[in-house]
Amino acid sequence: MTDLALSPPLSRPWGRLALRWLLFTLLGVFALFYLMPLFVMVTTSLKSLEEIRTGSLIAFPREVTFEAWKTAWSGACTGIQCEGLRPYFWNSVVLAIPAVLISTFVGAMNGYVIAQWRFRGANLIFSLLLFGCFIPFQVVLLPMARMLGILGLAGSIPGLIFVHVIYGIGFTTLFFRNYYVTIPSELVKAAKVDGAGFFRIFWSIFLPLSLPIVVVTVIWQFTQIWNDFLFGVSFSQAGTQPVTVALNNIVNSTTGVKEYNVDMAAAIIAALPTLIVYVVAGKYFIRGLTAGSVKG
Amino acid sequence: MSPILDISNLYKNYGSTEILKDINVSIEPGDFLVLVGPSGCGKSTLLNCIAGLEPITSGRIEIGGRDMTHVSPKDRDIAMVFQSYALYPTMSVAKNITFGMKVRGVDAATQEAKLNEVARQLQIEPLLNRRPGQLSGGQRQRVAMGRALVRDPKLFLFDEPLSNLDAKLRVEMRMEIKKLHHNLGATMVYVTHDQIEAMTLATKIVVMKGGVVQQIGSPSEIYNTPANLFVADFMGSPAMNLIPARARSNGNGTEIEIARDNDAPIVLRDVHARNLPEDVILGLRPEDIAQAGFRAGEDVQQAACMIDMVEPAGADTYVVSNLGGKQVTARLHAETAARPGEMLDLAFDLGKVSYFAPDSGERLN
Ligand SMILES: Nc1ncnc2c1ncn2[C@@H]1O[C@H](COP(=O)(O)OP(=O)(O)OP(=O)(O)O)[C@@H](O)[C@H]1O
Ligand SMILES: [Mg+2]
Repeated sequence: MTDLALSPPLSRPWGRLALRWLLFTLLGVFALFYLMPLFVMVTTSLKSLEEIRTGSLIAFPREVTFEAWKTAWSGACTGIQCEGLRPYFWNSVVLAIPAVLISTFVGAMNGYVIAQWRFRGANLIFSLLLFGCFIPFQVVLLPMARMLGILGLAGSIPGLIFVHVIYGIGFTTLFFRNYYVTIPSELVKAAKVDGAGFFRIFWSIFLPLSLPIVVVTVIWQFTQIWNDFLFGVSFSQAGTQPVTVALNNIVNSTTGVKEYNVDMAAAIIAALPTLIVYVVAGKYFIRGLTAGSVKG
Repeated sequence: MSPILDISNLYKNYGSTEILKDINVSIEPGDFLVLVGPSGCGKSTLLNCIAGLEPITSGRIEIGGRDMTHVSPKDRDIAMVFQSYALYPTMSVAKNITFGMKVRGVDAATQEAKLNEVARQLQIEPLLNRRPGQLSGGQRQRVAMGRALVRDPKLFLFDEPLSNLDAKLRVEMRMEIKKLHHNLGATMVYVTHDQIEAMTLATKIVVMKGGVVQQIGSPSEIYNTPANLFVADFMGSPAMNLIPARARSNGNGTEIEIARDNDAPIVLRDVHARNLPEDVILGLRPEDIAQAGFRAGEDVQQAACMIDMVEPAGADTYVVSNLGGKQVTARLHAETAARPGEMLDLAFDLGKVSYFAPDSGERLN
């Protein structure tokens, strides 16, 4: 506290206040910058085509209309069909939920085994799984297509689930393994002496400890899978496309006048689930990322 | 009766480091085996090996007459208290304690009864609904004890179960454990750093150093006839006086000469000692050196010594004198007239003496 003597007592709170204001202003500017596109999207989606053509891009709508939303949801054309995003949205839902749950569960199991039941070659397997995280999507496209063909899953939603689970396991294992290595190995020992076996210890002791990392993994996986375009466009066919592919089709296949309001509404609809997941569980996400060891 | 635990030629390596070397221990049903040794000597590792939580490198472990060397922990019929407690963080204290019974399919009524009994013994009744994270260190330690005590195993393994308790609670828990041992006739292996715990609880003490067993014996054997300098120095507080001396055979006995800095050497006659080498280390516990006139017996020999320090300790007073280049502690009665810097006649009880070889450290008599 050497500066106490140097600076007059009053200047301290003032300096601190100024600094705080500067900080908030800066943060505010950044937030505005990032919110700008969202603002444009929302306002545009609420305008009529007429108004878009005549008005300014960043103006509020003179007359709020949900027509564009309705069209985007159930009427917009994706190629020859004009059913809007709805069927594809549900495709994404039935695709993402099982894929997230399965990959999270498998990752938890893997992490538990690698971190707490060390066996010969555990490190090697972990390294290989990690390697899997860094393989670019494009590299696996062709082998995966062939594989799905062999398995009879080509072009189906189960096939897409399979692909996402396989691709996600590397990450989910990494998350859970890093979380579980911080848990003292004596817990497993004590439970073994108490008579519990492999699965009992997992269910009764490790899973209840895992809420923070489960949240992190679920958010991560959900975002990845919901937002995925490449796998979706590669491994789906007419009826099984996920929402991202449908969105692309809507935006690209309109002939004649470009319906910006419909495009914007469709984009927001497609992004909504990940947005909601972040808003609802974001708090746990941060907490989970920083959660450390467990004190007995 | 066949031993309940029989360890033969046990070796344990971590990688290329040998942690335990050729351990041979065997205990009878109802025995209370206490493991002592300096930190890092392998006590916890040995318990883990007995429990089957660490694979052993070679050797054999029998529990209850069965070869358990490769049997999994849950089938060894043991209960264990871990040095780090290892409580399940998401379970309440009650759930922690009953988890083992639940896993083993004990009915709810029995679980409840056992839980209440143990909670009363360990004075943790008000804590049953808390999580381990909401407990103090000593409370956690008692919960860890409770988890073992609700079981009725062939063998209890305790790894420093009382180390975190305050003095009063420690004495109470010691009594509880002693009672438990008496009433259940339970067989225990118990690690402690506390000398009093070791002496009061044990029927058998194993002293270890660097993964090697130094001595196995009853508390009085360990205390009165330590097998080597390490055991002599490690057990007992204050430690045994270990005084370099010269031995000379002389008629029917041996003269022991202890050099002094500014004085003539002390010469003691030990009529029992035979065949000692010339250089020896003489071991006498502080209580075997008394003020002259306060100790009688045919083996008691007196000598006047310069007192360097006087330390009253309540019931006794310890005095320190420099003999043979060592600070030698004697335990006198509380009202002694000893003053630092004055001469005092001390009585050495050679009936209790130990002799050690200075180089190997082994016991000679
Ligand atoms: N997993 C391990 N890998 C390598 N070395 C280990 C491992 N666990 C323990 N050791 C080593 O084994 C030796 C014995 O450890 P152990 O925990 O048995 O000591 P201890 O006698 O119980 O000590 P303390 O009284 O401090 O509890 C120590 O030197 C320790 O460093
Ligand atoms: Mg230990």
